[in-house]
Amino acid sequence: MSNKIIQEKINKDYEWGWSFDIESEIAPKGLNEEIIRFISYKKNEPEWLLDIRLKSFRYWKELNHPHWAHINFQIPDFQDIIYYAAPKKKTLSSLDEVDPEIIKMFERLGIPLEEQKVLAGVTPNVAIDAVLDSISVKTTFREVLAEKGIIFCSFSEAVQNYPDIVKKYFGSVVPYTDNFYAALNSAVFSDGSFCYIPKGVRCPMELSTYFRINTAGTGQFERTLIIADEDSYVSYLEGCTAPRRDENQLHAAVVEIIAHKNAEVKYSTVQNWFPGNKDGKGGVFNFVTKRGICLEDNSKISWTQVETGSSITWKYPSVILKGNNSVGEFYSIALTNNYQQADTGTKMIHIGKNTRSTIVSKGIAAGYSQNTYRGLVQIRKGTEKSRNFSQCDSLLLSDTCGAHTFPYIEVKDISAIVEHEATTGKISEEQLFYCIQRGIDKEKAISIIVNGYCKDILNKLPMEFAVEAQKLLEISLEGSVG
Amino acid sequence: MSALLSIKNLHVSVNGNEILKGFNLVIQRGEIHAIMGPNGSGKSTLSYVLAGKEEYEMTEGEIIFNGKNILDLTPEERAREGLFLAFQYPIEIPGVNNVHFLRTALNSIRQHKGLEPIDTSEFLKLVKEKQKSLALPSNLINRSLNDGFSGGEKKKNEIFQLSILNPLLAILDETDSGLDIDALKIVAQGVNSYHNKENAVLVITHYQRLLDYIVPDFVHILYKGKIIKSGDKTLALELEKTGYESFKV
Ligand SMILES: Nc1ncnc2c1ncn2[C@@H]1O[C@H](COP(=O)(O)OP(=O)(O)OP(=O)(O)O)[C@@H](O)[C@H]1O
Ligand SMILES: [Mg+2]
Repeated sequence: MSNKIIQEKINKDYEWGWSFDIESEIAPKGLNEEIIRFISYKKNEPEWLLDIRLKSFRYWKELNHPHWAHINFQIPDFQDIIYYAAPKKKTLSSLDEVDPEIIKMFERLGIPLEEQKVLAGVTPNVAIDAVLDSISVKTTFREVLAEKGIIFCSFSEAVQNYPDIVKKYFGSVVPYTDNFYAALNSAVFSDGSFCYIPKGVRCPMELSTYFRINTAGTGQFERTLIIADEDSYVSYLEGCTAPRRDENQLHAAVVEIIAHKNAEVKYSTVQNWFPGNKDGKGGVFNFVTKRGICLEDNSKISWTQVETGSSITWKYPSVILKGNNSVGEFYSIALTNNYQQADTGTKMIHIGKNTRSTIVSKGIAAGYSQNTYRGLVQIRKGTEKSRNFSQCDSLLLSDTCGAHTFPYIEVKDISAIVEHEATTGKISEEQLFYCIQRGIDKEKAISIIVNGYCKDILNKLPMEFAVEAQKLLEISLEGSVG
Repeated sequence: MSALLSIKNLHVSVNGNEILKGFNLVIQRGEIHAIMGPNGSGKSTLSYVLAGKEEYEMTEGEIIFNGKNILDLTPEERAREGLFLAFQYPIEIPGVNNVHFLRTALNSIRQHKGLEPIDTSEFLKLVKEKQKSLALPSNLINRSLNDGFSGGEKKKNEIFQLSILNPLLAILDETDSGLDIDALKIVAQGVNSYHNKENAVLVITHYQRLLDYIVPDFVHILYKGKIIKSGDKTLALELEKTGYESFKV
């Protein structure tokens, strides 16, 4: 029956597929040292940063493109990508100077850039850094945050205003030598968010970055750096969309998180890049390196992700548990439909004593999609009583999709406790029939059941984000029913 | 007015096995019918074919529900037209909030009738009222749908849904099995307070006990896919004394 109920029929529509006409300054296509110098010059960067870019580029040129099992695709033509596109009329100082078209565009995305509008309602609980193509156009509520000593600004500004902090941490968690796309990003990254929470400060609102690709043919290579000093706490949200275009667009970000003693960082992502059309044409290649380090004792880093977009996703938000008693968490929902391919998971590297990690992954595959969990739990010698618990569940909504699980476990310490659970199942016909018998249509029923299946992870998201994620799951499932 | 449900010469096969073999039944609005029959006689099969479960194939006959040929309606349309099945074995749906689910169901039915989605406070009032009258613990209705419910709780929850969705025809497939004595009375009260002149109830049960509380206008004995005898409520009493043996043809 599932064959008949759940099959491709309706062309799913990507709600965020429009683009705005915004006047942009665009670098010529292609990648060479000249372009890199141009980006660095545009951003008025210090010499050391240009050096890193050039070193990264030279290193990258020597690398071969990585090969991943279970993913079929055409390697991007790196000379056919625009590496820098910036809206012309933007300034960083005041909203009045931001192009009204940009404000309108973000408004249509549901991202308010005008602080007074947000304030008119209730007290703000989210500060936003809006990144359009290559650069950050506006960061809201910085003054409120500055009172607490919190720095939340675009990466470019941080380079100008806090070069010492940037220099100290940049590349310390994800060195440019880490992988092909980390090297590429380190060479050409254009902007991103920077956030520093000082000692003893609990960040009073969610910090959020919203990424939007607008210009055709551009790649987005943003760089995010989050530093939580001793005894601090921050919850960080990331959202993203891109216009619907026939060609593939490349998104290769690097996110680095550093948690000092007793600090806690929660990083939540709702990823909704354009997934391509129902025949698998177009869509964003999302090749992202995200990693955090629990640098000192009792620190905690927690990744929560809801991945519904992109035609291809490679992404393994990881935690290096260096400090004693540190905690790493990874909660993931990856939903693929049509011809989407997702290969996602995490690495938990246990180095400190008594470190703990939890992995909960829910993969949902529909249509002709491929959904892979790939994860590594490494417990090094001398970690003393470290633990990991992993649970990887897959739900199949069609007979033509695939779900795969590759849990790698390397345990070098005999006192470690590692538990792994995995399930793979089809959506239950009995559950579907029950919903339908109550008058609910099949598509809605599937979305209800899938949402229920993901409940534990949705609950980890901040409230507003959870609601958005829930809607997104529903939309992404559209057309998965015949 | 025409019958609410009229079944003529119904033949139903599952996986090529004929289970119902010429089944006839007419239910008028305002009536309560009970069907009794030995295990495997086809009672649940009847309820599934009415609700439109896919593998239950109608090979012959006709079912008219509320003036419409049931074959013209998808299972969700049947539900929205007012056909409700309280399942013999209600399924668990983890992570799906019981009340949210019910609201989605109610709004689907309302939309079908051209009504606006129910107002939140009105809905909560309704939920509260029904929850009280069925003596359901409030944590139960806010938990995941049937998830980890005891057998009896699941059955009660079916009647809770019935009372909120307020259908035209309620088919209760062994709702009494698994209920303790008090719960049985409460559930029966729930059904009775739902029941009125406009709607009808089809009770499937093994035990006369339930029929002390939900008093049927007609009792039918289903045997090997056919009704072999119909009568009033005394038929159930008779059956309890003699068993099915004496009715075999
Ligand atoms: N999906 C199915 N596949 C194969 N056989 C089935 C299926 N569903 C029902 N049957 C068979 O049809 C017959 C009637 O089953 P049904 O569930 O309707 O009986 P019942 O009268 O409800 O019994 P009980 O009193 O035990 O609930 C049984 O022999 C059963 O095994
Ligand atoms: Mg039965």
